[in-house]
Amino acid sequence: MLLLALDTATPAVTVALYDTDGDRVLAASDQTDARRHGELLLPSVDRVLREAGRPLQDVDRVVVGTGPGPYTGLRVGLVTAETFGAALGVPVLGLCTLDGIAYASGLEEPFVVATDARRKEVYWARYSDARTRVGDPAVDRPSELPAEVTAMPSVGAGARLYEEVFTGLRTDLPLDQSAAALACLAAEKLAKGEEFPPPRPLYLRRPDARVPANYKVVTPK
Amino acid sequence: MADEPLVLGIETSCDETGVGIVRGHTLLADAVASSVDEHARFGGVVPEVASRAHLEAMVSTIERALREAGVAATDLDAVAVTAGPGLAGALLVGVSAAKAYAYALGKPLYGVNHLASHICVDQLEHGALPEPTMALLVSGGHSSLLLAPDITSDVRPLGSTIDDAAGEAFDKVARVLDLGFPGGPVIDKYAREGDPEAIAFPRGLTGPRDAPYDFSFSGLKTAVARWIEAKRNAGEEVPVRDVSASFQEAVTDVLTRKAVRACKDEGVDHLMIGGGVAANSRLRAMAEERCSAAGIRLRVPRPKLCTDNGAMVAALGAEMVARRRPTSGWDLPADSSLPVTEPHLPGTSDAPTDSHGQAHPHTHDHDHVHELSRENLYS
Ligand SMILES: [Zn+2]
Repeated sequence: MLLLALDTATPAVTVALYDTDGDRVLAASDQTDARRHGELLLPSVDRVLREAGRPLQDVDRVVVGTGPGPYTGLRVGLVTAETFGAALGVPVLGLCTLDGIAYASGLEEPFVVATDARRKEVYWARYSDARTRVGDPAVDRPSELPAEVTAMPSVGAGARLYEEVFTGLRTDLPLDQSAAALACLAAEKLAKGEEFPPPRPLYLRRPDARVPANYKVVTPK
Repeated sequence: MADEPLVLGIETSCDETGVGIVRGHTLLADAVASSVDEHARFGGVVPEVASRAHLEAMVSTIERALREAGVAATDLDAVAVTAGPGLAGALLVGVSAAKAYAYALGKPLYGVNHLASHICVDQLEHGALPEPTMALLVSGGHSSLLLAPDITSDVRPLGSTIDDAAGEAFDKVARVLDLGFPGGPVIDKYAREGDPEAIAFPRGLTGPRDAPYDFSFSGLKTAVARWIEAKRNAGEEVPVRDVSASFQEAVTDVLTRKAVRACKDEGVDHLMIGGGVAANSRLRAMAEERCSAAGIRLRVPRPKLCTDNGAMVAALGAEMVARRRPTSGWDLPADSSLPVTEPHLPGTSDAPTDSHGQAHPHTHDHDHVHELSRENLYS
């Protein structure tokens, strides 16, 4: 089975093509640019498929990171995955973005994953090992997290950003989301017949209900 | 006419998720999912609420449009999408969806201008646009006079609002009158029972030395608000019908006067009116009157095609295909301030094309593509 995995919930724009029969990543692309997810994603998908020499029509499942993540970028990956799914007639499988980072860490002990949520906050979740999340992801100020959480081994760009709080930061482990890891995790779950969450965004915050002073004014002056 | 281009258009620049399908000048489907009710309590469009709603509605609206049109996605000749102007986060949902759809189907992609689409939609109603076309675009987001010698390549702004858009003035006056959001339809309704000459509200930018084609509705809005407050402070009842009619008269008077003048000055014998405010009954009636007096043929699409929709994007996309305009690249950006002078956003011209003639911009230099085995993920 051929899996196309993508994730735009963090500053990374990451795409991977994974063959579950050979248990291997055929091609992957990782770029980091928090403001150009929309421009980078489709060219990345195109390159990965060309690199692997497989057309999109060969893909059997689309796997997408559902966040949590800053909304504008997060939506790029989700709408792309959903539209691929609709056009190809294949299922779209959601996976929590933090679970991908946790899986890539390979840790066998309890730890915490944190990504940058901006506004001086992090998206975070606890894990008992690389495959097992404890509870739902949340968004908080690092300084307001329980001491037992911030003292755990920690991975992710959010932990790096607030290194003074996340004292257990594992600098030897990958900081950013990788679609290759997400695809491996999805392959494992598929093999075990596990359920996937729907490909819906984990925003974790309510929208800013503020109408800009010049709302709707889009004509150049 | 099966050889006319079959195009699907996606529009997400504001609060409507629109997907339309056209064949040349023929409308086949116009599916719209609106989040307007979610914005009503805020008195205006909340960008993040709109973007979330677009993601929710996107794929189901595409599928609804295909069902409505009774065509298969594989039969499409191209996918068009609003690349701008509009709300950045909202545009990005539509642009991303359009790219994924076009890529998956192996179809060319056209990122087009929202304003040019508002003009081009009239081809679905009244056939080929005359060239040049004079267009008055009025909505909550735009108030512009545009001259379009070629809707796919040459759109010239003659004038636009220097402050509020016309539709915005309707929303703000409706708010002062406690009539809710959006303001256009409800003011139109009350105005029908009011006296348009009851109150002499100001006509902005109509002096002899003012810019002939620019608009200003901020002063009018303030004048209306002051007049209402004075009534309330005096303990008198506010005559909602007369205020609505007199305010609406002031807006439509300025819009139609300037549009007719632009037609005369430029020697154009057609006037197209588009945008949500084009649904206003008084604007339609007054434009009809003044255009016929001036020997100008008026073209106004039905109200559903005047408000934001995907059919207008498909209409412009079909024209791009018919005129063999270059396609957009897979790196097509959403440009929230796309100038009206750019009817579409072609990809880089030296880009290689694949078997579908799709442009592929060069972006390999700064990227990192590699083979990975499962092992190096763990090591
Ligand atoms: Zn519009």
